Amino acid sequence: MDQDIFQGYKGDALAVLKKYNVRVWGQSEIETARGPFKGTILPRSENDDDQHIVLKIETGYNVGIDVTTILSMEETGYKKANYKIPEKQFPFTPGLPKVKLFGTGGTIASRLDYRTGAVIPAFSPGELYGAVPELADICNLDTEKVFAVFSENMGPKQYIALAKAIGKEIENGIDGIVIGHGTDTLHHSGAALTFMVQNSPVPIILVGSQRSSDRPSSDAALNLMHAMHAAGHSDIAEVMVCMFGPTSDEYGLLHKGTRVRKMHSSYRSTFRTIGDTPIARVSRKEIIPIKKDYKPRRKDRNVKIMPYFSDKVTMLYYYPGMKPDTIDMLVDAGYKGIIIVGTGLGHVNKELYPAIERAHAKGVHMYMTLQTIWGYVHMFVYDTGRDMMAKGIIPAGNMLPEVAWVKLSWAIGQTDDPEEVKKIMLTPVNDEITEREPYNGYLVYQGGVPAVEEFVRRVHK
Amino acid sequence: MKDTFSASDNYQRTKESIGYVSRKEATQKDYDRIGFMSGLEVHQQLFTKHKLFCKCPAGIYQKPDEYDAEVIRHMRPTLSELGEYDGTALMEFKTRKEIIYHLSNNTACTYDIDDTPPFPINREALEIAIRISLLSKLNIVGEVHITRKQYLDGSIPTGFQRTGIIGVEGEIQIKHKKIRLIQLSLEEDSCREVSDVGHTRVYRTDRLGMPLIETVTYPDCINPEEVRETCDYIRFLNRSTGLVRTGIGAGRQDVNVSCRGGSRVEIKGVAHTKWIPELTHNEAFRQWALLKIRDKLLNKIKDHKNWKIGSVELNNKIFKVQNGLLKEALLNNYTVVAVNLPGFKSILSYFTQPGKMFANEIEERLKVIACLEKPFMFHSEQFDPADCAYDEVHALLKSKPEDAQIVFWGPEDDIKTALETIEERCLMAFEGVPNETRKSFEDGTTIFERVLPGADRMYPDTDSPPIPLTNELIDKLSKNLPSDIIDRYHQLKKWNIPEDTYTYIFSRDHFQLIEKIILTLKIDPVYVGTFIGHTLKFVEGHYTAAEAFNYKIIFAMFRYLQQQNIELELARYMMPVLYEHPKMDFDSVLDSLNFKKIKENDIITLIPHLKKKFCEINQRDTNENEGNWIMGELRKKAIGNIALNKLAKHITK
Repeated sequence: MDQDIFQGYKGDALAVLKKYNVRVWGQSEIETARGPFKGTILPRSENDDDQHIVLKIETGYNVGIDVTTILSMEETGYKKANYKIPEKQFPFTPGLPKVKLFGTGGTIASRLDYRTGAVIPAFSPGELYGAVPELADICNLDTEKVFAVFSENMGPKQYIALAKAIGKEIENGIDGIVIGHGTDTLHHSGAALTFMVQNSPVPIILVGSQRSSDRPSSDAALNLMHAMHAAGHSDIAEVMVCMFGPTSDEYGLLHKGTRVRKMHSSYRSTFRTIGDTPIARVSRKEIIPIKKDYKPRRKDRNVKIMPYFSDKVTMLYYYPGMKPDTIDMLVDAGYKGIIIVGTGLGHVNKELYPAIERAHAKGVHMYMTLQTIWGYVHMFVYDTGRDMMAKGIIPAGNMLPEVAWVKLSWAIGQTDDPEEVKKIMLTPVNDEITEREPYNGYLVYQGGVPAVEEFVRRVHK
Repeated sequence: MKDTFSASDNYQRTKESIGYVSRKEATQKDYDRIGFMSGLEVHQQLFTKHKLFCKCPAGIYQKPDEYDAEVIRHMRPTLSELGEYDGTALMEFKTRKEIIYHLSNNTACTYDIDDTPPFPINREALEIAIRISLLSKLNIVGEVHITRKQYLDGSIPTGFQRTGIIGVEGEIQIKHKKIRLIQLSLEEDSCREVSDVGHTRVYRTDRLGMPLIETVTYPDCINPEEVRETCDYIRFLNRSTGLVRTGIGAGRQDVNVSCRGGSRVEIKGVAHTKWIPELTHNEAFRQWALLKIRDKLLNKIKDHKNWKIGSVELNNKIFKVQNGLLKEALLNNYTVVAVNLPGFKSILSYFTQPGKMFANEIEERLKVIACLEKPFMFHSEQFDPADCAYDEVHALLKSKPEDAQIVFWGPEDDIKTALETIEERCLMAFEGVPNETRKSFEDGTTIFERVLPGADRMYPDTDSPPIPLTNELIDKLSKNLPSDIIDRYHQLKKWNIPEDTYTYIFSRDHFQLIEKIILTLKIDPVYVGTFIGHTLKFVEGHYTAAEAFNYKIIFAMFRYLQQQNIELELARYMMPVLYEHPKMDFDSVLDSLNFKKIKENDIITLIPHLKKKFCEINQRDTNENEGNWIMGELRKKAIGNIALNKLAKHITK
């Protein structure tokens, strides 16, 4: 009961509220050593101190009152806020494709959480239509909240639940699937769904937002429109991530779930295809393919759901001077697979060799990926690389480290046989290893170069 | 349909009927009659090295065409913390504006364009804001909570301004009364607009994010002059700290005005306090007129709840287009629409402001909300009627004689919003005065800018933790605060310094300089006051200051003159030289003025000789002319060596 009345308050601040019998959402007049204050008591974020009370004053601003300055308080009224996005029935339009939106949490749909002071995930189809009515012109939408977790809390359980839910929807005849997802691990999920949902006849689009939907300049609405458009209307039946191309509100890019990576902590245009080009550009009006060899949309429902995942796979980010016990400890802890993220073409120091040998002898599956992010593992160039291969480390081509971790988890979830695992790992499901790297697959422009400056000035960022 | 109605007669008649008087003729009685009420929101940039939430330099400006990159954004309305949509937000969303930001690498970073979360608040700015809050007798908050204030016009790329309250409930003492203050907030400044044409608005991001304080008063002013006085007072108070920026755009104010029965209307971005009286005067009368229009409409139209416009597209209707503008509109493939406003005859030409009528209220909203570009309309009550075949239009619209008509044109996509806008504004006329923000013009008139935002546009900033303000910090900042402006005002009066110098003295924050010269050097206060208020002001207006110039040099100059036993009159000749060459030592300044030190007596002894000489040239002249002539001869030698009034006495002796 305390929790409802004194939401988030603790210690001294809670004692003061109790002393003067004033509740959260109570309209209050407060006498303090710094003069009088008047307003509505708001909940306080749990992680903030216990020395202040939060007050919304008449002009709409919030201020904190130092409890040590409070001389008296009086509750003169009570008005609880009702935070609700106007909910409207999503209209049905004959002729438009049927799209299913799965909610998993994340900032694509969120609202204020007083407990943490941050934004929490929350949405319903009606709310979504209330906030982004344009969606009704794109598709007939159905939504389902599979679970509500932050992106960083997505894991094996969620991948499997999502894969099964997708399989069911496809069997039921849906035209496209969109998954609302926090952005931090969007690319992990992209890879996991690529492996778990194979041979899909319809597009499966993962989408998020880099700015929460409670901000006027949020990318959520436009990302959602792009994703719905791609899911409902595109001919590309693959697992893809759909996020802003430039930071401007112009167009989105469709990235393969296995080649995409979040590359900036806060930019809107954070998702980039690595070592290749994106599959397509998408705007509210059209989808312009960039790659021609995608898997096309089909009429059949022959999807193959492979919901396997082992939680005994780990990643080891190599650094100079790394000691062998780091590997020994992982093996002792029972890990069956290790993705090593090595330097340069795929290297670690010689000191680790005995530990690698011990791990290999115990049947641990080890694959080499790259800290350079771009490029191929190439262990034949130097002796050390050959040594390592001899000791059981298998190069994973140009598979991204995170993708390799997902795939090894998925593979070991199916079999323990080293040859089987190796076959699964090195046989691409959808370009997680590519045969060639095009010249426009590695583009990191540097400011200050005249030609780049000219380009940056002309093209919307 | 013979019509004897004259729009210009109607305009004149309505102007008289609401009792409009010009500001020159207006007395307090007139303002009491219409219930004039006004308050202020005074914005002041703080003098800091960096912006408020990032480490970009503050105070560096780019030219309109100087930029390194462009970013495009569209703004969407979001819910407030209390779960409401804000009216302004919905209006801005209707306009479907594409916002383009011109970024310069020198002045903006990824924070400015909302691609990086905020860095911790600039402590330098926070402390200045607290000092000014203390000076304004505000209750300082225990904790600053950064709030997001929504601005969907695009003037801030995030779509909101990060702002926090420093103090609430204060007061200032102007000459004859106290003005209460609602609050003072510390906030980030917005972008500067480059252009706004059709659906595209362009901004520069150099000013964006600079620390700014906003002092908000209660609507305690009861006439236009009081508003000006209050505004000056707050600006002078801010400047008295010496910690704020000066120059064009560093201080701006929004003026809130209403009349009895009217609504709060905010006149935005008034750059000069001297414009305030005319603007507030006209706004109060505009509202008075709108209330009279309401009464008239409610009287004329009984069933106003069901009032609707009628409209018809003219493009495919057969009528001979005579008008050049209409021909051009058709040529541009614009949709041309005729609108019937039932019962609105004699309303369109109703007086609202000098030179403006009710039809302008509709026109201004069409420009802003439907993004139509002028010229885009005619109406049936123009002084100079447009030829657009009104007879045919009337027939198509099935208009009645008591109706009024508008013909407008624009891109097809904008027509729906335009029609909604016309109907919405007319319906508001039945209510009285719409809450809105208005843009000001030098001539004292205003035009519609936006729907007035309310408290619903506030949202806590989840990116920023609260900032506690401890008693120790406040005690530290309370020390060495400058004295109150009102006390300074009374001190100047006591010193008998003429009042016409005060505005200059306060606006340039020269009080402390004057005080120091008077108290330390014991120089006559009236002389010091007029030297600063007249001589220095003149020099500033007519010469260009060198970069190294600092007002402290004025004190040094007077001390030097005293030490050298030189008459102070020389100061006004030294001032321009020092202003342009502050690094020159005082001796050299005197050399440049050809000043030679001569003993008083040596000058006085020259008088008899000159008297003789004057007699020789002008034998039959008056004593007065003789005196003037001798003074002229001796003036150059005398300045700095003997006070001129003393010399004059010796001449007339």
